[in-house]
Amino acid sequence: MVIEGQVHMLGDDVDTDVMIPGRYLSVVEPAEMAQHIFEEVDPGFAARVKPGDIIMAGANFGCGSGREQAPLGLKALGIGCIVAASFSRIFYRMAIDLGLPILVCAEAVRSATERERARVDTRTGEILVGGRHYHTQPLPDFVQDIISEGGLPNWVRREVERRRGAGKA
Amino acid sequence: MGKTIAEKILESHALDGSTRVEPGEIVRARVDIVLINDVNSTLTFRHFDNMGGGAVAAPDKVVLVCDHFAPAPHASGARLAKDMRRFAAEKGVRHFFDAGKGGIEHTLLPEQGLIGPGDLVVGGDSHTGTTGAFSVFATGMSWAGLAAIMMLDETWFRVPESMRIVLTGAKPKFVTGKDIILRVLRDIGVAGGLYKSMEFTGPALSQFNMDERMGICNMVVEAGAKVGIVEPDAQTEQWAKTHCRRPFTLVRPDADAQYESRHEIDVSVLRPLVAKPYSPGNVVELDDVKGVRVDQVYMGNCANGTITDLRQIASIFKGRKVAKGTRAIIVPATQEIYRQAIAEGLCEIFVEAGAAVTTPTCGACFGAHNGALDDGEVAIATINRNFKGRGGHPGAQVFLANSFVAAAAAVAGEIVDPADLQEVSW
Repeated sequence: MVIEGQVHMLGDDVDTDVMIPGRYLSVVEPAEMAQHIFEEVDPGFAARVKPGDIIMAGANFGCGSGREQAPLGLKALGIGCIVAASFSRIFYRMAIDLGLPILVCAEAVRSATERERARVDTRTGEILVGGRHYHTQPLPDFVQDIISEGGLPNWVRREVERRRGAGKA
Repeated sequence: MGKTIAEKILESHALDGSTRVEPGEIVRARVDIVLINDVNSTLTFRHFDNMGGGAVAAPDKVVLVCDHFAPAPHASGARLAKDMRRFAAEKGVRHFFDAGKGGIEHTLLPEQGLIGPGDLVVGGDSHTGTTGAFSVFATGMSWAGLAAIMMLDETWFRVPESMRIVLTGAKPKFVTGKDIILRVLRDIGVAGGLYKSMEFTGPALSQFNMDERMGICNMVVEAGAKVGIVEPDAQTEQWAKTHCRRPFTLVRPDADAQYESRHEIDVSVLRPLVAKPYSPGNVVELDDVKGVRVDQVYMGNCANGTITDLRQIASIFKGRKVAKGTRAIIVPATQEIYRQAIAEGLCEIFVEAGAAVTTPTCGACFGAHNGALDDGEVAIATINRNFKGRGGHPGAQVFLANSFVAAAAAVAGEIVDPADLQEVSW
């Protein structure tokens, strides 16, 4: 999968409470979650994001509460990919399972600046920021599969059908 | 090569016996318990339906608990609980706990004997790791991942690297399990345990009861850890014999287990610690924040809402009053703890002191209800997080501390050392 868009820079230890505050955890529609992303710390953020845009963040991105409203809201907002120096593990798995591409590359993050154009290839691990090339570990094959299916639900649906088919044969 | 506790538990749950259970490897495994709360509910159930839905593969492994928006503070919260009731009835999930019937999920699981040493447990909440206190491999995961387990009765784990934390020395007065984990956070930072298993052991462990061990494991996720596991001892075995509904296994690490790092904490020189806003890793000595005036003191959640915590609070409150200009809110973590607190006369002490004692709920711990904070307000709490906006308004400030320190702040109206409180006669 190739994602191309404008870079939005974020720092270290960005927690999920600032992504979407706890009082919105009864929200179940992604479009509504999207409106509240970073509303308290950066009220203009949601309006600045265009489809395909890329978040470049520091270490431990998505730390704190495990709330699907955070990656789901970011995806609904149009974020096409997140590149960070490292991720909180629950956020990382949630993003993959929701079909939101996510890569670790501290070098690309260090070099990137706000509003620069970037291009990410999740299959090869190539990251182009401005005119600068970086290479990181691509996502493992089974994770690529989940993302290209648009998330874990479609992947499981296919797996269940495959197992039923194998059972009949 | 020897194995750590985390590696052994994953190995015993692996679907394919030939899988190499070594750090970095991916293991397909079958879990013992899937824990889902009201905040996870609707989105998890939607994933389940999108996966094909139908019957839950192993309904007795599923535990549904209404705790975040319970009792519901608004219609959208009520809708989440309604969805849980529907799912429990339709899918034949018998472990369903409504408001008034259970309490906060992580304290409830062990209380109900639904988990036991050696188990593999997953949940939609990041504090699922709390039951590591009972020598369980317990971790939070994606909600789509929970739905997939309900469909397939299997999932995958990346085997974590393990850290060994050895506790030594005699525990001083007013130091609790909370201070152990705050000390770990101060030492390694909020990303210092990223993806790892933190295993607690050592001669000082016996001075921390199962409740205090929950307080330790509850916050390993604040250092980024995948799990925190307390090495089983005589207390663990005694607890398991009297509580577990299923057979259990006391899993100990091999003598030659490979630990990535080893840390020793001499408990005898510890003093109560406090995490300042806006990070649980922003840990300082209590002396550094003495004199900070507090508008609110919130005591009790999945970190520190146990009967041990309530007894600690009562030991400070007895014969004293909550300071003028300060509000104290006490939240027993479960109905059973609430009942016991009434039986022991603790609730009378709390009410007499002028504290609000509320029903079990996650409530204000995530800033949603039952004691949310406004702009400029300052609170001290026994909870696990103090991120910006976590307490309600982003301009509010929350300090994190143990139950003795929080209770002492409630009666003094400012952060004080519990040892400095004037003696009371009663």
